[in-house]
Amino acid sequence: MMRYFLRRLAHAFLLIIGVSILAFLFTTLAPGNYFDEMRLNPQIAPETVAALRAQYQLDRPLVVRYASWVNSLVHGQMGFSFAYNSPVAPLLLVRVRNTLLLTVTATALAWGIALPLGVWSADRLGRLPDRMITWGTAALLVIPDLALALGLLVLAVRTGWFPTGGMASVDFENFSLLRKWRDLALHMVLPILALVLSALPLLVRHVRAAVAEVLGAPFLLAAQGHGISRRTLLYRYALPAAANPLISLFGFSIGALLSGSLLIEVVMSWPGLGPFLLEAILARDLYVVIGGVLFSTIFLVAGNFLADALLYWADPRIRTESGSR
Amino acid sequence: MRVTRNVARWLAVLGVLHGIVACAGFFAPYDPAEQDRKSPYLPPMRVHVVDGQGHFHARPFVYALRLREGAFDQYEEDAAQSYPLRFFVSGMRYRLLGVLPSRLHLFGAEGSRIYLLGTDAYGRDQLSRLVFGGQVSLLAGLLGAGITLSLGLCVGAVAGYYGGWRDDVLMRLAELFLALPWLYLLFAVRAFLPLAVGPLAAFFLIVAVIGTVGWARPARLVRAVVLSAKERDFVRAARGFGATNVYLLWRHILPETGSVLLTQAAILVPQYVLAEMTLSFLGLGVPEPVPSWGNLLSSLQQYSVLVSYWWMYLPALAMVPFFLGYLGLASSLQERGPAYKIGRRGLGSLT
Repeated sequence: MMRYFLRRLAHAFLLIIGVSILAFLFTTLAPGNYFDEMRLNPQIAPETVAALRAQYQLDRPLVVRYASWVNSLVHGQMGFSFAYNSPVAPLLLVRVRNTLLLTVTATALAWGIALPLGVWSADRLGRLPDRMITWGTAALLVIPDLALALGLLVLAVRTGWFPTGGMASVDFENFSLLRKWRDLALHMVLPILALVLSALPLLVRHVRAAVAEVLGAPFLLAAQGHGISRRTLLYRYALPAAANPLISLFGFSIGALLSGSLLIEVVMSWPGLGPFLLEAILARDLYVVIGGVLFSTIFLVAGNFLADALLYWADPRIRTESGSR
Repeated sequence: MRVTRNVARWLAVLGVLHGIVACAGFFAPYDPAEQDRKSPYLPPMRVHVVDGQGHFHARPFVYALRLREGAFDQYEEDAAQSYPLRFFVSGMRYRLLGVLPSRLHLFGAEGSRIYLLGTDAYGRDQLSRLVFGGQVSLLAGLLGAGITLSLGLCVGAVAGYYGGWRDDVLMRLAELFLALPWLYLLFAVRAFLPLAVGPLAAFFLIVAVIGTVGWARPARLVRAVVLSAKERDFVRAARGFGATNVYLLWRHILPETGSVLLTQAAILVPQYVLAEMTLSFLGLGVPEPVPSWGNLLSSLQQYSVLVSYWWMYLPALAMVPFFLGYLGLASSLQERGPAYKIGRRGLGSLT
């Protein structure tokens, strides 16, 4: 068991290293850097710009820069942000926390809704509930998530039901603890809704397909013959049997939600990784971009790792297979 | 039979939709860059057939819009002036499909300008911008998908056919690309390319970025098909007769990948249109004044626009039929038997 996880862990680690090297390679190909605009400014001497470039090691070869970046990563800094004049890691961590708040909640909610809906749909295959769910998911699938997010925003503005951006009200600091929670929850409604609605159709469809495939199996007929209630049959017997592809999907869905939240955070001005990354791209704040990409990879790898662990826990075949090896 | 007919039906729907966008000059009443500075943020005009007195008119007409008294951005209909709608009118010059010079437009109003979807901050017709913007966005999607599929085909064919270390290297690289959340990857690659470039350069830049970023998934699918195809009896027979690798690949193996590529195309095109929209929406894609579906919506990032000018959102809804067409095509392609399935792990539109 330890070996199985160690191998996965080593694999994940190599992947993250690969991504960081890839990101650095791209930076050398990139024309222009943060200090280019200063060069146009007649009030700044060329020597100053050169000195700044030297200070941040932008004039050094790629290998040296990568080595010093790894060094600063070990020291918990992840390079230096030119725009904020501060190490990248603390800047990123705040945004990462906000992004995680969104994506974790959205993942939990999306799966919490998708599982019963998908199972219900598979149970009533071809009948009214199934057809309604199929049409509903199709309708959600054809609305691009950009249009969905903007539509929700327009709706919120016109009805005034929910705050339309940011993470907290203006006088958040003065609220009591209970009101702070309430305020945060209210601000989370729109982005979460947009995320869940854009992730939901695919999840429901896959749950439905997986469960429907299992429902025809002889062991379920036998179980039905024993007079086991429908609900127990569906959730205790059919769902675990159909779980394998769904667990892999779970790993993927985290990546999808991350990508989705990038856009939705910008649209809804949620102070997460998305707007921060966009700002850094526009300012050519190189280490922030690398840091953001790296964090997103870590999330995704962690999601896949979690999926692997779940798979290991849920499927005895994998357990014995990896044990014997 | 029913399934093939389904595919044909969706193809027809898509053909019509793309035809409208391709002939944008004819369907759009005005030039997308033409400004009408006196009427910024005009709400959509309503087409009437019954006038204020309750009389019915066979020819639809629109009322002129005038500023509401005391307001500076609120318009109301001026029932005193009505302008009948005319079809096949002559208007601004354009080139149909980029070649045929013409002045014919599908519709226009007699004696006034007509804005069925309202106008933007510079008084430009939103409908015209929507139709012309489709050219940019759809072309970006189609070209991007073309690049991705050719890249995926090459990589997948090499990895699957030659195997060995090539396979190992390429598939590890593919895993690397699949490991990154898709939009982040797109962002990162875009981040390291020049930002301030002209519309044409920006267009090809983002097409290249969108096209190259997604090669890994089709490559894996193609590889799987090639792996099974190269062990088929007729391929072995051909090899026995002395066929070269290139001949075998070209003549016998690559044709097997056609259906997989077709299904992938139906999934990728809308995804890439959306990618172009996202980039342009965020200001990383095709810049103004060239319209694209993304930068049409980007004014909604301003809170004031969101609050006061809801019709700026309408273009978002106009895209839904296109996505519907591609979704329908993809799902009816996937219905065509097991060979056309992309497998549960090939979640094309997910990451």
